[in-house]
Amino acid sequence: MQTRRETIQQSMVVAGLLASAGFPQFAHAAFNKNGFDAKSVQDAVKAYGGGNIAESKDVTVTGPDIAENGAVVPLGASTSLSGVKQLLVLVEKNPSALIAMFHVSDAVDANFLTRAKMGQSSDVYAVAIMADGKALFAKKEVKVTLGGCGG
Amino acid sequence: MKHSISVLLAAGLMTLSQSSLAQKTASQSIDEYRAMLQDGNPADLFEAKGEGLWTQKRGPKNASLEKCDLGKGPGVFKGAFVELPKYFADTGRVQDLESRLLTCMETLQGLNAAEIAKTPFGRGEQVNMTALATWVAAESKGMKFNLPQANQAEKTFYEVGKRLFFQRGGPHDFACASCHAEDGKRIRLQDLPNLTKNAGDGIGVAAWPAYRVSNGQMWGMQQRLNDCYRQQRFPYPGFASDATIALGVYLGVNSQGSASIAPAIKR
Amino acid sequence: MADPMRIRAQAAGDKVTVRVLMSHEMETGQRKDAAGKTVPAWFIQEVTAAHNSKPVLSAEWGPGVSKNPFLQFVVKGAKAGDKIAVTWKDNKGDTRTDEATVT
Repeated sequence: MQTRRETIQQSMVVAGLLASAGFPQFAHAAFNKNGFDAKSVQDAVKAYGGGNIAESKDVTVTGPDIAENGAVVPLGASTSLSGVKQLLVLVEKNPSALIAMFHVSDAVDANFLTRAKMGQSSDVYAVAIMADGKALFAKKEVKVTLGGCGG
Repeated sequence: MKHSISVLLAAGLMTLSQSSLAQKTASQSIDEYRAMLQDGNPADLFEAKGEGLWTQKRGPKNASLEKCDLGKGPGVFKGAFVELPKYFADTGRVQDLESRLLTCMETLQGLNAAEIAKTPFGRGEQVNMTALATWVAAESKGMKFNLPQANQAEKTFYEVGKRLFFQRGGPHDFACASCHAEDGKRIRLQDLPNLTKNAGDGIGVAAWPAYRVSNGQMWGMQQRLNDCYRQQRFPYPGFASDATIALGVYLGVNSQGSASIAPAIKR
Repeated sequence: MADPMRIRAQAAGDKVTVRVLMSHEMETGQRKDAAGKTVPAWFIQEVTAAHNSKPVLSAEWGPGVSKNPFLQFVVKGAKAGDKIAVTWKDNKGDTRTDEATVT
């Protein structure tokens, strides 16, 4: 059985390759400050070239109904649609709504899971932005029993 | 007339069954939340760090911990966690995991045990101590607690631990027992296990070290006990002191046969 | 140098589910320490991943991502024995790359 250390291998060679690859298909890989400063879900979406958000059954947001602690709330965004360029995870009532933006390429499923900090109970959103800027969302309410930004 | 009544009845029944199906209890929702966090426990990060520290040559003696005796012979780490605390002839003391790691860090590596014991949790060598404890506990994951009670010192420590558990004091006149000696108690949404008896798999001693999501910190049993005393407004017990070890014996012997889930993930 | 990531990559059919745990404080820049001073923002901004050296994932993160972040994504057309490398870069310019073999 592999030890944990054997599974964790730092690869400077790969790091070099990634750096030189430049990600031609990911032209927007640099940090989008406007997106992460945006206060509202719609403003964050606009910062990534998305239009007015419309609810869609083809987009899914996953998360717990109640989070015991707001510091760590598992949130997922996925979509069955093709032609999606970006998937965004947002928490409406956070000081800045945007948690993460994932580029959707042919090499990965449009299905991402991460963990977010939530300052209070809030609706959480998954927004899919299509190549033409159409923005489709799904949302659900996540109740938080204890704020995640303090002790 | 008859037709409309039966329609009303049917509608009424439908609404009832739908609402009882739709109503998930808060407790169930919290269980779901906890289950979501099981896969991908940040404790793994500390476990990996601890594994590295076991073999890394460190300290004034530039030695690793690979000859450390955790109770099953020098260098044996698998299964050691669920047999601690126990009596060690080389120190003449009953010791728990963190106390034993401290002994090894001093005798094998030449590090200053007294200094480490005085270091606050999360700083300096305490960070390494926690990582080591996390990894050693992980090497017993799923195994059942089986503390020895053959030696007189071990038996005495069980009795001392029991008395400490029930000892009331401090400005609130609290004891461990104030929160942990009855079934079915809770604080907000946290269930308080009854630790005077076998609380079952993965409860109490069987759940620490654990990663606490509320503060993003990895806590060993020593820190858990330290914080219990803080919550009772008692003075802090010394790190790896006899008092903390005696409590560990009491709690560990009570958990005989229950499986350890450490390192766990907690609120 | 930051602590290593934990990467697990498991194949099922022709897809590989990758689960990553990263060691990072992810400070929002809004927290005050015990002395009352604001703890400066320090968080992972970019995450990228490669499958056998081919870029497959690119993401932007903000400080809203939890401390010691967890990430799960699915790579298409990957199999056991392939290499998955994950890289993060934070707002201080610090970076870390770790690699795992698909099981």
